[in-house]
Amino acid sequence: MRIHLEPRTTTPRWLSPLATLGAVAVALVISGAVIGLVGGDPVRSYLHIVEASFGSIGVLSDTLVKATPLILTGLACALAFRMRLWNIGAEGQFLLGAWGASAVVLFPLVPSGTPAIILIPLMMLAGMLAGGLWGLIPGALRALLGVNEIIVTLMFNYVALFWVQFWVFGPWSEGGFQQTHPFPPQAWLPRLTDFSSVVPGFAGLTVHAGLLFGLVAAGLLWLFLERSRFGYEIRLIGDSPRAAEYAGINIKRRLIIVFAISGALAGLAGMSEVNGAVHRLQDHISPGYGFTAVIVAYLAKFRPGRVIVAAILFGALILAGREIQPSGVPVMIQGIILFTLIVGDVLVRYRIRITRGGPAPAGPLTPATGSSIGPAPRPEARG
Amino acid sequence: MDLGLIAAAGVATGTVLLFAAIGEIFAERAGVMNLGVEGMMLMGAVAGFSVTGATGNPWIGVMAAMLVGGLFGLLHGIVTIHLRADQVVSGLALTFLGTGLARVLGEGLTNTNVERLPAFTIPVLANLPIVGPIAFQNQSILVYVGFLLVPLTWFWIARTRPGLHLRAVGESPAAADVQGIGVYRLRLVYVVFGGILAGLAGATITLAVAPGWFGDQTVNSKGWIAIGLVIFARWSPIWAAFGAYLFAAISPFILALQGVPTILGVENPFLPGRSATFFLEMLPYLFVVGVVILGSRSAARRRIGAPAALGLPYVRGERGL
Repeated sequence: MRIHLEPRTTTPRWLSPLATLGAVAVALVISGAVIGLVGGDPVRSYLHIVEASFGSIGVLSDTLVKATPLILTGLACALAFRMRLWNIGAEGQFLLGAWGASAVVLFPLVPSGTPAIILIPLMMLAGMLAGGLWGLIPGALRALLGVNEIIVTLMFNYVALFWVQFWVFGPWSEGGFQQTHPFPPQAWLPRLTDFSSVVPGFAGLTVHAGLLFGLVAAGLLWLFLERSRFGYEIRLIGDSPRAAEYAGINIKRRLIIVFAISGALAGLAGMSEVNGAVHRLQDHISPGYGFTAVIVAYLAKFRPGRVIVAAILFGALILAGREIQPSGVPVMIQGIILFTLIVGDVLVRYRIRITRGGPAPAGPLTPATGSSIGPAPRPEARG
Repeated sequence: MDLGLIAAAGVATGTVLLFAAIGEIFAERAGVMNLGVEGMMLMGAVAGFSVTGATGNPWIGVMAAMLVGGLFGLLHGIVTIHLRADQVVSGLALTFLGTGLARVLGEGLTNTNVERLPAFTIPVLANLPIVGPIAFQNQSILVYVGFLLVPLTWFWIARTRPGLHLRAVGESPAAADVQGIGVYRLRLVYVVFGGILAGLAGATITLAVAPGWFGDQTVNSKGWIAIGLVIFARWSPIWAAFGAYLFAAISPFILALQGVPTILGVENPFLPGRSATFFLEMLPYLFVVGVVILGSRSAARRRIGAPAALGLPYVRGERGL
């Protein structure tokens, strides 16, 4: 028996979303089996996740707070991945963005008492600049020297972590604790709860304006990718670098720019987190947003709109997963989802044919483009 | 500061990087990049540690670690070679999966002790000047296995017929296929072997050089560093060994540096508790970036680069390499 993969000539519209949903469902079943094997109760764990992340308006708000940095870092990854640039450094760019924004009020770069209308845009700019620079360096190394961007971005995550630790333990430390002084209130992003005097139902809801940044960024990125010439070129480079080269597109320049924008998006995520949620810079501000962003981007098939949905799902997983034992379960679920997504992708791209013995079926595309699982047929001519 | 002790510690922990890097060299030489090394090492580390705890025999633990690493390699191999999925994404998924699963399985293993693999001194060689005490005195048996693995790997890849086939499927799978070499099968074999070595690398941590289970801090990004070393080494096992031992000596060097009250007559700014210490902590990672840049540049200059088909799925009959 042989299994053949044939590229599909036509793909039904419903197949791709179905494969994605199926992949997530299969991943949850596999994860549940593992949880059961180590002595947990998968059904209770999953019910707990749903309850603790979508069960009430309050926890839904908390889920959105967790989803906010995931939207922005997810967009950062989606943009880079669309060009087949593997920016695995959103974590470090997030941290640098948080640091850059903090620098504005902690150095301080502006006089104290600067009104919010000036201060917040300045901090956004600083965060995006710092994150963008942290993305630009691996981008430039890749474009100019051909250095593998995966390794550099990964290593830069650790460098960024120690950089932030230096500042929060050292010059900016509040009395020796691993955190800085809180930011002045005019640096805080407005939260829903701030408007509870107008709408009483908003009391206690911590969703902040960073979510708007994420939604606006997703819209802009969609326009950029789907409606601009530059975006078209990026997609062309991602789909077929050779064709892009023949078309005379300067790939290196696009590569550096995309890496810088990607870093800036992740940097904005860091700014939104310190200004909107934490209100100070501290150690461990990210539970791995930049890494989860990789899966968010992949689950969203690099589409900005779907990044929002995927980010909310993983925001829920991060929020509710904190209380799940054993503690590795959320990360494990993320890994399994990524695997099942990959396999689901194969079902979308290829038609699977199973034949019993004999030569490969004489379909229009086989054997020229079909590969086979199992022992490959030996070619006639052997050297 | 005792440079001999630092070098000896570097040789011990360098063995971890060495196993992982050589495993990755085999996979990449066959044309399959596996970014899941970190996850495979964690799985190897937890499997080796827990099985040793359950059986009391570290050798069974090592076997379990290699088995688990090989299974992870098999998963990556099937997904990338047969299902033609993207090697980068599959490798990242492997790292997530391994990290999460290892944490789940390792729950409750912290603060436990298990039997270690034996360490011993090699009689005559230990008396050699300088090298003797560094490399042959009271090292774990796996360290010596590492010494043997380097020349064997070099010989296998560069001087044997199977090694020629290995290079062929990584450089020019279509030509290899025409020659009757089973491209899919051979790639799968080497990806699995790479996984086995990554599992061994994980067990080397928990059963030999730094015994114990410390969650995902056990491997502490050594898998990623090993991948960086492969680029620095330009896919040569000998350079990988050099890089692994040199890199591994950085951490004990930093530790030693933190124990010195003054440097060149001024007060040491890197004493524990000082914030400048964080710049020292960056060094290993900046070092990897530096060597990867060096490796890329010299590869470009001398026109030796990654295996030509690295990262590309092979599809018989399709245009490509």
